Amino acid sequence: MKIGFYPGCSLKGTSREYNESVQAICKALDVELVTIKDWNCCGATAAHSMNRALSLALPARVLALAEQQGMDEIVVPCASCYNRLSVTQYELANDENLKKEVVDAMGLPYEGKVRILNVIQMIEKYLLDVIPAKVTSKFEHAVACYYGCLLVRPHKILNFDRVEDPQSMDRIISLIGGTPIDWGFKTECCGAGLSVSRTDLVAKLSANIVKDAADRGAKAIIVACPMCHSNLDMRRPDINEVLDSPIDIPVLYITQAIGLAIGLSVEELGLQRHFVKVNL
Amino acid sequence: MENKDSISRRLKAATGIDTALCYQCGKCSAGCVLADDMDFPPSYILRLLQTETPDSDRAVLTSNAIWICLNCENCIGRCPKEVDIPSMMDFLRAESRKAGLVSPKAKTVIAFHKSFLEQVRDTGRLYEVGLEMAYKLRTFRIFQDVKLVPSMLAKGKLHFLPEKLSDTSVMKNLFQRISGKEDTK
Repeated sequence: MKIGFYPGCSLKGTSREYNESVQAICKALDVELVTIKDWNCCGATAAHSMNRALSLALPARVLALAEQQGMDEIVVPCASCYNRLSVTQYELANDENLKKEVVDAMGLPYEGKVRILNVIQMIEKYLLDVIPAKVTSKFEHAVACYYGCLLVRPHKILNFDRVEDPQSMDRIISLIGGTPIDWGFKTECCGAGLSVSRTDLVAKLSANIVKDAADRGAKAIIVACPMCHSNLDMRRPDINEVLDSPIDIPVLYITQAIGLAIGLSVEELGLQRHFVKVNL
Repeated sequence: MENKDSISRRLKAATGIDTALCYQCGKCSAGCVLADDMDFPPSYILRLLQTETPDSDRAVLTSNAIWICLNCENCIGRCPKEVDIPSMMDFLRAESRKAGLVSPKAKTVIAFHKSFLEQVRDTGRLYEVGLEMAYKLRTFRIFQDVKLVPSMLAKGKLHFLPEKLSDTSVMKNLFQRISGKEDTK
């Protein structure tokens, strides 16, 4: 099975272990990811905060390249890229004038027919059936599945899972032998793009998330977004300054949890790259 | 007196978002994770815009709320009238910059966005080292996060050279065609 693949910038830089673990489990489970050639940044928060046309033209170019390269489906593991690509496709489909303006600026033919999958949808569609037979060491841990904002909102456009209490990652964790806990911060924002410019706010918001997970007995937090990961993991010293007592539960990508269950090594999954040590 | 140039009217004309739909239930502000840190939480912004007075409009455009809003979309997820507050915030940010009314408290946020987009314009992708350098030069926060560098290097998370598109003029042209119509500076 072959699927188009848009890594996005985070997966090539500070979140390379997300890329490594996505690649590793796909390889182990016989799914081939074909990277979109010459892809560009989606623009992320910076583009839509500063310039609407730019925030649509950058993702539109990525989608146009995928079409040009004969892909009818792409997987986008970064929640922010997934959100921006999906929003762009929706906005251009619903406004002919806007579409013309953006396509002219972007300079490639664009139809808007590529199916965009986030990492959970990709797992559900292509891996879920084959995972159980491959599980060699059950992921027997109580964990908090943290979805964040951009995977589930805006629901009208993304139409993925439940807005307030999503379940898809919880189901995957159960499937590999884990115990997803009930908790209150599944979709609360971690502070996302303010990580550098307002680290104080990110520390406060992320502290609420880590504390609730730990208070309710989670031994790890499971994520599917590079920004959620770096805020909860790399910013842990800032988080612990806000908290009364430090919390050291690790943050794993859903793909790393699956990888551990199907017997992949720490290095193959990039677990050694985390700031909060993974002792599971 | 009727204010034909109010933000509410321009917002509706440009995006279709209607501030009059808001009946001040306050669910957006109750669910907003940063409401405590905002000078005007989302429902207050909407109320100010509904008055359509120049003073209220000015209060909105000079607020820090529009710049710390994370676009986490919790507000629209809970709004009974589905007022698209996140898209409204994008519109207000652009208006605030056009009018030269940006809150001084938002300087670091804008410096980050500008540095980010410069990297994308120059290489087509985000180069994190370049972003940090440009941001530090803009904000004079030279020592921020420096303590992270050794461990990021050890963990293989920083690269010394940016990844680039095969033809970097593609991005420059895209940015140029867009900035011909709108302010990106």
